Amino acid sequence: MEISRKNRRLIHTIVFLVLPLTAFILFVGFPLYWIFITAFKPESEISSRNVSYWPREFTFANFGEAWKNAGFSIYFKNSLVMTLIGIVLILVVSIMTGYVLARYKFKGKSIVYLILLCTQFIPGAMLLTPMFIMFSRFHLLNNVVALALINTTFQIPFNSILMSGFISGIDYGIEEAAQIDGCSRVGAIVRVILPLLKPGMVTVAAYGFIACWNEFLFAFMFTTKQASYTLSVGLKSLIGEYAMNYGQLAAGAVMAVIPVTILFINMQKHLIAGIGAGAVKG
Amino acid sequence: MNVKRRRFLRAAMPYLMLTPAALFLLLFLAYPLFSVFGLSLQNYNVARLNQRGFIGLENFAKIFTDDNVFFKSLGISFRWVVSEVVIQLFLGFWLALLLDKTFRGRGVVRSLVFLPWAMSGVVTAMIWSLIFNQNIGVLNDLFRKLGIITKDVAWLANAKTVLWSCITAEVWRGIPFFAITLLASLQNIPTDLYEACRVDGGRPWQEIVYIKLPFLKNTIILTTLLRAVWEFNNVDLLFTLTNGGPSNRTMTLTMYMTTTSVNNNNYGYGAALAVIAFFILLMFALVYLKLSNFGKED
Repeated sequence: MEISRKNRRLIHTIVFLVLPLTAFILFVGFPLYWIFITAFKPESEISSRNVSYWPREFTFANFGEAWKNAGFSIYFKNSLVMTLIGIVLILVVSIMTGYVLARYKFKGKSIVYLILLCTQFIPGAMLLTPMFIMFSRFHLLNNVVALALINTTFQIPFNSILMSGFISGIDYGIEEAAQIDGCSRVGAIVRVILPLLKPGMVTVAAYGFIACWNEFLFAFMFTTKQASYTLSVGLKSLIGEYAMNYGQLAAGAVMAVIPVTILFINMQKHLIAGIGAGAVKG
Repeated sequence: MNVKRRRFLRAAMPYLMLTPAALFLLLFLAYPLFSVFGLSLQNYNVARLNQRGFIGLENFAKIFTDDNVFFKSLGISFRWVVSEVVIQLFLGFWLALLLDKTFRGRGVVRSLVFLPWAMSGVVTAMIWSLIFNQNIGVLNDLFRKLGIITKDVAWLANAKTVLWSCITAEVWRGIPFFAITLLASLQNIPTDLYEACRVDGGRPWQEIVYIKLPFLKNTIILTTLLRAVWEFNNVDLLFTLTNGGPSNRTMTLTMYMTTTSVNNNNYGYGAALAVIAFFILLMFALVYLKLSNFGKED
């Protein structure tokens, strides 16, 4: 019996679209689902060998314990303060650098690009020790501002190039008109460019948020007191304990993930465009 | 005078506006980068500070003649980077091809499968350590139910399985990067190219080989290069998931230099390892750019 054309198309769709896509969704989605439901299981259920794929008993206890006893309220606050300072610094510096790259022709411009590009290749782990020596000499350990400065440094190159793209997209004529009307160049930037730059600023802020919020290595090295831990360091510290509390661990991870997830889902279009542009331009 | 001053200010403006970025990069990137080279020539162990001092190339001599972990770590770095990049690129490209088609619910699917891009290395390690756990892990439970295994496997403690377990966790986080960048490029392909292919009787796989791959060539080269460097530099995930163990089976070169400094407080030796990593990265980037003929077509 011959398979009809319509059926053949259906089989084709199932084999080449539905099946592989389902596999991708399961591979990506299941781990997220797993950490999420684990956070709502009581500890006894998590550590039972009889694995449950849906909580037999729902509880919010892990979140309460992680927040109060394990110190996640402090870690959350530290991460938030560090991230907000980082975002402000990244925005200011990337707007200034991006403006120069978009609007000026000057000697050494190609070298500036080369330097920004090369920074992408330097491993943070390589700078860890000298930075630690430097920061401890200036008594800047356990300091969220110091961490924000380091994060800003690593985010400047990518976000400056991204910002210059947004600024190039704004018509220079508007700026000139403002200058003719008596604005200084800086005045024109503040009054004309900044209001039009909102999409660029939102995108850079989102990138800055994700990068600062997720940073681990420097926060781990530069915080010695529990009161200064960020979320990443707090999560890592739970693993080192002898009696591991999986419920608290899962709840802590969920707390760390939720702000980033909300941001990502709402900002997806902007972020995706940026990743593409950033990767192609370096 | 006033005019002169104004003209000077106008010429100096771009440099003035670059100053903040330059300060950040000089203080927190260039300075530490150069001091690594200085540190690498010192005997500088926090546990034995009284012996601190200049020792020339002694650290390097020890690395190349009397350090089994170093040579092992080179091999592990190589396996780590190649498997990560190849698998991520393959799966990311496949996912991009799937998402390039139109179907109902595409937006939701896209949000979900791209989400791991925003996850940190530490959170990824947390998630997968729960899955891989020998006693309470869901992977063993699933595999037992499917009849794939009869005895529980300690995925992260077994020397045979640990590297592939870590690679899987990092692949999970790395697929979206390739899928996102390649999907963006796929959507830039002019539709008349497809039509021409179809008129000539081209089949879907020919469309991929003769239109999509050549069109994406530059994007693939750039993303692969960047990703290879990032995976070489990756520490967050391995540091949290295995700390280089068991018996150094996941000790990449970057992990080795990190643990030497962070866990063993041997700053001089760690810096020497960092210098070697620096030159590997430099050579890798140069060779790759040359091989890929990047920029010649522009």
